[in-house]
Amino acid sequence: MIEAEIRTTIINELTQIAPEADFEELSPTENIREELDIDSFDFLNFLISLDDKLGVEIPESDYEKLISMDDLIGYLQERID
Amino acid sequence: MADFIMPSLGADMTTGILVNWLVEVGDQVKHGDSIAEVETAKGLFEVEVFNAGVVDQILVQPGSEEIAVGTVLATIAEGDAADVAPTPTPAPTKIAERRQISPVAHRLAAENHIDLSQIEGTGSQGVICLADIERAIGGTVREKVPHLSAEPKKTTDFKAGVRQAIAAAMSLSNREIPHYYLATDIDMSRSLRWLEEQNRQRSIRERLLPVVLPLKAVALALGKVPELNAYWVDGELQLKQAVDIGFAITLRGGGLMTPALHNVDQLSLDQLMTALSDLITRTRSGKLRGSEMTDAGMTVTGLGDLGVRTVYGVIYPPQVALVGLGKIAEQPWAEEGALSVRPVLTATLAADHRAGDGHQGGQFLDALNHFLQEPENL
Amino acid sequence: MGELELRKMTYRDAVREGLREALQKDERVFLIGEDVGRYGGCFAVSKGLLDEFGSERIRDTPLSESAFTGAGIGAALGGMRPIVEIMTVNFSLLALDQIMNNAATYLHMSGGQFNVPLVIRMATGGGKQLAAQHSHSLEGWYTHIPGIKVLCPATLEDARGMLWSALIDPDPVLIFEPAVLYPMEGELAERAAAVNIDRAKVHREGKDLSLISYGSCLHKCLDAAVILAEKGIEVDLLDLRTLRPLDTESFLASVAKTHRALIVDEGWRSGSLSAEISARIMEQAFYQLDAPVERICSAEVPMPYAKHMEEAALPQVTTIVETARRMVHG
Repeated sequence: MIEAEIRTTIINELTQIAPEADFEELSPTENIREELDIDSFDFLNFLISLDDKLGVEIPESDYEKLISMDDLIGYLQERID
Repeated sequence: MADFIMPSLGADMTTGILVNWLVEVGDQVKHGDSIAEVETAKGLFEVEVFNAGVVDQILVQPGSEEIAVGTVLATIAEGDAADVAPTPTPAPTKIAERRQISPVAHRLAAENHIDLSQIEGTGSQGVICLADIERAIGGTVREKVPHLSAEPKKTTDFKAGVRQAIAAAMSLSNREIPHYYLATDIDMSRSLRWLEEQNRQRSIRERLLPVVLPLKAVALALGKVPELNAYWVDGELQLKQAVDIGFAITLRGGGLMTPALHNVDQLSLDQLMTALSDLITRTRSGKLRGSEMTDAGMTVTGLGDLGVRTVYGVIYPPQVALVGLGKIAEQPWAEEGALSVRPVLTATLAADHRAGDGHQGGQFLDALNHFLQEPENL
Repeated sequence: MGELELRKMTYRDAVREGLREALQKDERVFLIGEDVGRYGGCFAVSKGLLDEFGSERIRDTPLSESAFTGAGIGAALGGMRPIVEIMTVNFSLLALDQIMNNAATYLHMSGGQFNVPLVIRMATGGGKQLAAQHSHSLEGWYTHIPGIKVLCPATLEDARGMLWSALIDPDPVLIFEPAVLYPMEGELAERAAAVNIDRAKVHREGKDLSLISYGSCLHKCLDAAVILAEKGIEVDLLDLRTLRPLDTESFLASVAKTHRALIVDEGWRSGSLSAEISARIMEQAFYQLDAPVERICSAEVPMPYAKHMEEAALPQVTTIVETARRMVHG
């Protein structure tokens, strides 16, 4: 799957959680959870929806690798078959 | 015949809007069935009926007017309900013994939980009138009776409404409750290790959030110190039987709700995770039930997702305690003469000094710590 | 100049001023009724107006209430702005079919095409020993009819100012002038303004009891309020001013404040306007009431001729005071 598609999927799912967020403004290297005010409950739901849409189940131990949008996209790209 | 009245869904609520009936005259209802939808400053709630029976009369139609708490909205003809004590209904020949009370006195008595059987009526022919209720409450409360032409500033903005409601409750708490605070640092290494192992074996959908552990531990600790699972009403401590815990949930864009999770001590961690998940979802989409707003005997507030280490909270009256959970962070830890680094949770207890003292609070935090050292038993 | 200067005058003078102003401002306005021209009006209300405005504008009629009221309806349909004066409400019964079945219904029956911009003025009330057939207070009874407005000015300001507002209303308006108030003295600005005809007026504010009235009874209530204040009872006194439509909001707001209501109405009790007001209070302010709503009305007898009997039949200040005290103190 190409980067643009992954990015779109991420944004769609994040929009469910943070409908007021402006994703144009969001820098690819900023901490997503802080920028969008997403708590652990929201984050878990987000990961579950990524599993639904992209078939990637992210273990807890990898949470610390997923700080920014770039991190997320990179991580998912490697694991999507 | 039982009255279904406009309930109070919070310490500061005086009126609500009846939005919708979920039953019709003639419908059979059980204790706990949702019977109506009521809107308050905090949002739309389903209200459950206490009495089992058949809906006899619907006295108020849905509309946009504010209806005072305590107003009779419908009557339920009680059928044989196993779990409701039958209220004695006067037989037709006893009409002469029926107590006479003026409408405004009746309403004020209901709003202030006055037991009418204790009141002597001084109106003509022994009617209980407004002055009698005011006397029972102790002082004139006429100012609280809503003046039709001087309504409190109404806000149609939901968020502003929630803000107002929180402001009212917090001001009341700050004014009336003498808070005392205790804090303790809890070594979470065993809990987190156990949780990691658990989550590794589970699918993502069954994953447990870390907060579930201290939440369950709080419920169990209340079993050791039940005086903290209580209400302070009219100078008396009223212990709660069920361990229903209010959980602080932030709303997107501002505002905080603290709806209750029921019987937390009896839930397994999986069940607690499911219940918590459901509660957060419904809170953020405005689909809470009335009982969830009023059932909590104590509240837990966790700001662990932000960097806050220690939470000094404000108790929600009529509760007597509030537990604050900070962010679990690595801290230096000294044990048996050796220094190490452990993940530490700073848990605080804010409690009502009228209802208890530091000793009790200390016992509670001790118990909380103890339970979190044995996560497999949670 | 002198527009705001207060002048001493009577209620009767105030009504006349209102008529003069209307006749001057709008040439479509004319006055029609028995003895309004040469005689200057049975109560001297239209004295001098014939000389000032001529016989086309001030028109005497035979004793024929139904005919001249019908003529007024016709003139209104034809684009005029007639003021029909029916000498007293007692005689209006002869024009009841015109009022109820024609004036009140044409807008509806024509599917909204025909308004009837008619004003009917009538003297009303008892207290002058005119006995059974000439002492009626039927203004409350008229409020039963949809399609008309019913007003009762109790003050000089209203006697003067309600007429113009009634004239510019596109639908029939009945103005009831309590006959006992014609000689009442007061002060009014020379060019007093027109007043609203849809709101009640608070004459006194108080927290113990809502006293709701209109017309000549309002003045009895004003006297009673002074006596009650001396006894430590503060009443919230409302002059209804408009009887149909009732300014329900105003008396509900008052009851929300005082939790007790006493209505004083010169009509007979059964099926009276006070019964309507009581019903509305019960329906819409039930949870505010600390005592049943009470009413003081005329005794349910044809009005007696003998002075002391007539006084006993009508609402009086002492009855109002006693009832209010009992309601407040139990």
